[in-house]
Amino acid sequence: MTAILFYIFATFLLAASLFVVLNRNPIYSVVALVFAFMNLAAMYFLLEAYFIGILQVLVYAGAIMVLFLFVVMLLNVQPDQPRPGLIHFDRWWYGLMGLIFVGLFLVLIGEGARLLLTSPAGEAVQIGGVDSVGEALFTHFLLPFEIASLLLTVALVGTVFLAKRRV
Amino acid sequence: MVVPLYHVLAFAGLLFTIGVLGVLFRRSAIIVFMSVEIMLNAVNLAFIAFSRYHGDVNGQVFVFFIMTLAAAEVAVGLAIIISLYRNLRTSDISEIRLMKH
Repeated sequence: MTAILFYIFATFLLAASLFVVLNRNPIYSVVALVFAFMNLAAMYFLLEAYFIGILQVLVYAGAIMVLFLFVVMLLNVQPDQPRPGLIHFDRWWYGLMGLIFVGLFLVLIGEGARLLLTSPAGEAVQIGGVDSVGEALFTHFLLPFEIASLLLTVALVGTVFLAKRRV
Repeated sequence: MVVPLYHVLAFAGLLFTIGVLGVLFRRSAIIVFMSVEIMLNAVNLAFIAFSRYHGDVNGQVFVFFIMTLAAAEVAVGLAIIISLYRNLRTSDISEIRLMKH
């Protein structure tokens, strides 16, 4: 049952992501991306990462996508015109760069999977809850956690500075 | 029945590929930005999958930090897109070439 649900959600996720990339109308793209992130959150739940799943809904599907929708509305972006140059692919090294990117990613996760399959399996403990993630966050990762708050402050100030007409 | 790790990783790879295609092929700066988000989420999915099959919570902490970073990045990036649009009246990345020549 879990596996079937997982494949259903993954199919929806890939379809919605393709829709985001292929669609001409930015509004439809944003809404499709919200749908894709909801499906990704469901996949996180099925992978027993409950805290991250909630964060995915709150931060990505909620806050970040609302920001995108807001900017699309604010700029009044028109749908792309069907012109011959829609595909932005006039230089061959773009394709090469993309291939290298995807290849690197695949090599990385393949290597990770190989390491995982050759190492002893971890004990089956419940790890996805708020308690275990929070404990790791506030003990072993305390310094990065504080630096993340600093990063958010810097981003806040920078955003206001960039978006204001006159400072 | 449990989903095999390789299937989750294959989905993550496909998602990452879709994101790369969006970055390479689209001209609207906002769509390119959303494709970058898709790539980040593909990496998150791989992290969660490894965390699940390793029984190790550190992968999920990494995903937490990536989400924080993505929130900051989206805020700053969209502010840049807005100010570019305000100055150049376009969000088409093939027409934004102030630094060429």
